[in-house]
Amino acid sequence: MVVASDRGVIEGSSLRVRDASKYFAAVNGAAVGGLALDKVSLFVSAGELVSIVGPSGCGKSTLLRLIAGLTPATDGELLVGDQPITEPSAERGLVFQDPNLFPWLTVRRNIEAGLVARGVLKQERGQVDKFMRLVGLEAFADAFPHHLSGGMAQRVALARAMINHPKVLLLDEPLGALDAFTRMRMQDEVLRLWQARRTTMLLVTHDIDEAIYMSDRIVIMTPRPGRIEQIIPVKINRPRDRSSEDFLRLRGDILQIMHFAGRSLSGNGA
Amino acid sequence: MNASLEELQPRIATVSAFERPTAENAFAATEVVKSRPQTWLAVPVGASIALAIHFLVPKREPVAPSHYYPLLLYVMLAMGLLGAALYPFFPGVRNFMRRKTPILGVVIVAAGLWELVTSCLGLLPLPYFPGPEGVFGSMVSDYKLLFDSTWHSLILLTSGYFVGVAVALVTGVTIGWFPHARYWGMPVLKVVGPIPATAWIPLAMVVAPNTFISAIGLIALAVWFPVTMLTASGISSTRASYLDVARTLGANRLYLVFRVAIPAAMPNIFIGLFMGLGTSFLTLVVAENVGVKSGLGWYVSWAQGWAEYGKVYGALIIMAAFFSTIMTGLFKARDRVLVWQKGVIKW
Repeated sequence: MVVASDRGVIEGSSLRVRDASKYFAAVNGAAVGGLALDKVSLFVSAGELVSIVGPSGCGKSTLLRLIAGLTPATDGELLVGDQPITEPSAERGLVFQDPNLFPWLTVRRNIEAGLVARGVLKQERGQVDKFMRLVGLEAFADAFPHHLSGGMAQRVALARAMINHPKVLLLDEPLGALDAFTRMRMQDEVLRLWQARRTTMLLVTHDIDEAIYMSDRIVIMTPRPGRIEQIIPVKINRPRDRSSEDFLRLRGDILQIMHFAGRSLSGNGA
Repeated sequence: MNASLEELQPRIATVSAFERPTAENAFAATEVVKSRPQTWLAVPVGASIALAIHFLVPKREPVAPSHYYPLLLYVMLAMGLLGAALYPFFPGVRNFMRRKTPILGVVIVAAGLWELVTSCLGLLPLPYFPGPEGVFGSMVSDYKLLFDSTWHSLILLTSGYFVGVAVALVTGVTIGWFPHARYWGMPVLKVVGPIPATAWIPLAMVVAPNTFISAIGLIALAVWFPVTMLTASGISSTRASYLDVARTLGANRLYLVFRVAIPAAMPNIFIGLFMGLGTSFLTLVVAENVGVKSGLGWYVSWAQGWAEYGKVYGALIIMAAFFSTIMTGLFKARDRVLVWQKGVIKW
């Protein structure tokens, strides 16, 4: 395993989720009501990259929103380091599947947004160029978001989230909307950013290969109500080979846990 | 970033496409070698036709003794000939002429036809339909009062418009952002807003210390409703995910309002500004008619009182140019502010 912390300090903080539950009241009989998360407990150590996989509706995104502080937990405790999470903060960055760039700002101004929001643009202006270089967007500094491809927009979103040097970076299917090849390249880029900064990363994904390729541990969740089924450590040396035996074996194991393995075409394999 | 070079390539193309000149210029650039006689002939030929009608066709109606209309035609002819002479040498002139001369030529011929129908053939009754000399002559001879009226209209319109917009932005953002303000403000807006501002004239006359203030109030009211409505709806429909992202970037409430919600609402706010501008023109003209004894609206009804329809049409022409210029200015401002939007309406 590449131990990037050899090269510098770990920017990330540990993250503790203890018995977190989230209950949504049903609105006008909509199906979204009910228990979205049921006593979820998870510890992520500083600088670790942990993936969360699971079918739709298993509460992965809800868990991320709780950690971001955008939604309050109904019950339970959430801590970054030893600080309880009460509201959103620049120390917990969030990147969505949709890059959600501010369309009225150029690439440069989007990346600056975090510095402006914290009122430190003047002191840290140098960071902007550094991060634009880090994600390879120097040539597009003055382009508006609607001229960017999906992959480029997502790079801007990553740079925008990372310029604040968050202690925890929450990634909600950030590569889900990209084509397979762009996605694989972007996986390497996220890994590169992670290894450079050693931010604690929590990655929600649908893609089991992505989870195995990138993370130190994989959290498998089950839906209705959202629970952690199992946490699997990935003990494969980096950089990982997507077609290696270990990789494929682990993939099979995870599919097994998620009840997708060996499913026959007749449809009663579950 | 070697790995992503393939991905960057097509984007470079897109970005440079964005910086490519507008459609007209691109059209001129491809056609530049071709000389098009209709481009440089349009104005001289049009002016010649109009001059021929003016001098060669006998008049059946009495015509004003001034000669401003033929003078205008001579100026057009001279400029048309000058343009035709410069046409081959200056690409800038060529571009301009390609865009403007066809329509200008048609307008000049239309003026000629108008003279033919009115002064020459007498098909339309006087004094309601004077010929071009009747209109241009009275415009020139009455230029002082016309200029003064335009100036007064401009002052009244801009004061009313800016007061209305300033108030509307505050109320719109407040109603759009704070649920409580929405609960109490929306019903007021829904009940009071749709009343045409001009319906308040009786009240405005009583409440305001003078007619100028009351006219400003009426125009402001006319602008206030659409701008408030559109601003509020733009603010309240700001994509929740923009606000979420901003909050995870460390944004405080001021940032959320002024750097996320308001920019996100800008397209809506501009729709409100355009609607408000339209209603402000209407209110301006009505207000000038009833209370304020100056301005273009007043000038039109005053000239009509004297049955000087030449002046009425002259004032209408000035009004058209005046309102259209202001409208163009707002479109220009919109294009600057909303450069980040794709596919905006052209003016």
